[in-house]
Amino acid sequence: MNILVCIKQVPDMESKFKINGAGSWYDSGDLAWRMNEYDEYAVEQAVQLKEKTGGDLTVLCIGPERVKETMKKALAMGCDRGVHVADDEFFKKDSFSIAAVIAEFAKTKSFDLIFTGMQSQDRGSGQVGVIIAEMLGIPSVTTIVSFVFDNNTITVKRELEGGLKAVIKAPVPALVTCQLGLNTPRYPTLPNIMKAKKKELLSIPVAELLNVSAHQETTSLFFPEKKGGGLVLEGEAGDVADKLINILKEKTAVLA
Amino acid sequence: MKTLLVAEYREGKLQGSVNDLMAFAQKVGSDAAMFLVGSETDLPKFQGPLYLADVKNCGEYNPDVHKQLLLDTIAKVKPDMVVFSHSSYGWDLAPRLAFALKASQVSEVVDVVDGVPVAPVCNSKLRRKVASKTPVAILTLQAGAFGLSEESTGVPVIEKISTTATGKVEFCGYEQAEMGGVDLTKASVIVSAGRGIGKPENIAIIASLAKALKGEYGASRPVVDAEWAEHNRQVGTTGQTVSPKLYVACGISGAIQHLAGMKKSEFVVAINTDKDAPIGEVADVLVVADLKQFVPILTEKIKAL
Ligand SMILES: Cc1cc2nc3c(=O)[nH]c(=O)nc-3n(C[C@H](O)[C@H](O)[C@H](O)COP(=O)(O)OP(=O)(O)OC[C@H]3O[C@@H](n4cnc5c(N)ncnc54)[C@H](O)[C@@H]3O)c2cc1C
Repeated sequence: MNILVCIKQVPDMESKFKINGAGSWYDSGDLAWRMNEYDEYAVEQAVQLKEKTGGDLTVLCIGPERVKETMKKALAMGCDRGVHVADDEFFKKDSFSIAAVIAEFAKTKSFDLIFTGMQSQDRGSGQVGVIIAEMLGIPSVTTIVSFVFDNNTITVKRELEGGLKAVIKAPVPALVTCQLGLNTPRYPTLPNIMKAKKKELLSIPVAELLNVSAHQETTSLFFPEKKGGGLVLEGEAGDVADKLINILKEKTAVLA
Repeated sequence: MKTLLVAEYREGKLQGSVNDLMAFAQKVGSDAAMFLVGSETDLPKFQGPLYLADVKNCGEYNPDVHKQLLLDTIAKVKPDMVVFSHSSYGWDLAPRLAFALKASQVSEVVDVVDGVPVAPVCNSKLRRKVASKTPVAILTLQAGAFGLSEESTGVPVIEKISTTATGKVEFCGYEQAEMGGVDLTKASVIVSAGRGIGKPENIAIIASLAKALKGEYGASRPVVDAEWAEHNRQVGTTGQTVSPKLYVACGISGAIQHLAGMKKSEFVVAINTDKDAPIGEVADVLVVADLKQFVPILTEKIKAL
């Protein structure tokens, strides 16, 4: 099996965000970076598949130098090699351009299976995986919460609304986009972290793979207007609890 | 401006999200047509042309076939915008269409300002305006972001469509969520645990508060995915939709998929260390505190009442 998993590095969502000077994206200073949550499930599933069928597992990530830290985690989880597509301006690219870069890399590699997250936590577009598959002309299934590979066929469950699932079969080569809860992503062990340091981590400048122009542009980034405007309580826990109890007595019937 | 609205059908029923699509068309003041792979037994109350493919032949989930039907319809309608719901149907089909049409797709649109769609970034902490550079733009709409002001009463003018296209994947059937156990929809108080509880043992803190308030405890998705709570306790789009008298969200950031399941609660209290957590937008009271410290104190005080 020749497997590719595509990951993205995203900021911790609990960060305090600031808008950059151009007003077009968030400022990347002072942020803690991590692997996109959905991609952790993609990496885990790819590693499990590789462990079952043997073969070779490549992890690909587009971004500046710092994304190598996140790639090292994927390598420590069990990916065999890393491909870093070096791009300091990746945050300006739309889903179509990102997908085009990955498809350009993948088109000559005959991957049997490609895993991506169903969306990124920062942009949440949920497009990249599907577009890669369309560009490569292979089937894709989105939002999977269960994955079985057998006899050159994948049987997956797509998650729909309200807990309903759809069972889908597709032949390989195929691409799947992974949803939260697909599996339990492993924690890299210390020996595996050490081993990961020796694994191949190739860098390719994005210009070598990018041959399309963007379909869209983020023209401005801003904070949403605060509409809620509920009461904010802060301070010593006992005092706050008393205040909250008084509010509940006044505004609800639950303490009556 | 012309829009094509893509309605959806599941388990033999038209999905309610069609109202979001119609509200959107109303808001942007467009000349709208609708597309549906469905049946005449359950039609949208849409005033205008409806391009209808028979779900019996085309399947409820068959992306390649639905894509071809859409491409044929688009060739006739020549819309400037094709609009889906940001649902499991929409986010799966829209990018396939976008690629085929070489069109820009803007996902999870929450608003349109001066004709430019606005989409959330970083769990709704930020928003961005996205300008499309292609002749046709594809949008998927966040559930509930566009609401109909009044019940629609239209009657569609049906044009039947079909295709000989076949799909690359095989739909083998639906699997229902397992039921049984606690029924959150009946609880008048729900105290929910989010990832902020940190470890499974802390479910006990949440359950004690729920008990003191004579309610049930619920959970956000990561807590259920980690198997710290059963699936029937999950609140949100892929879990339960609840509307208790009181909802207490502990260590829950307030992602849209969680909010969709609890925003109709009568009174919402959030307990979170992050003052900027999006849950603050729907909370009547936001307590900025570490839940591990605060919740036990609150529980003791309530018990002592
Ligand atoms: C298609 C789809 C469907 C989904 N369906 C659902 C669904 O049905 N239900 C659902 O819940 N999610 C759903 N999700 C996931 C959703 O997007 C979020 O990932 C999820 O709701 C986050 O859960 P959380 O708030 O518990 O965790 P996080 O987002 O990680 O937030 C944890 C919060 O805890 C706070 N915190 C941390 N430590 C403490 C502490 N000691 N004291 C107090 N606060 C603390 C943090 O500030 C943060 O705000 C779905 C996602 C997708 C893509």
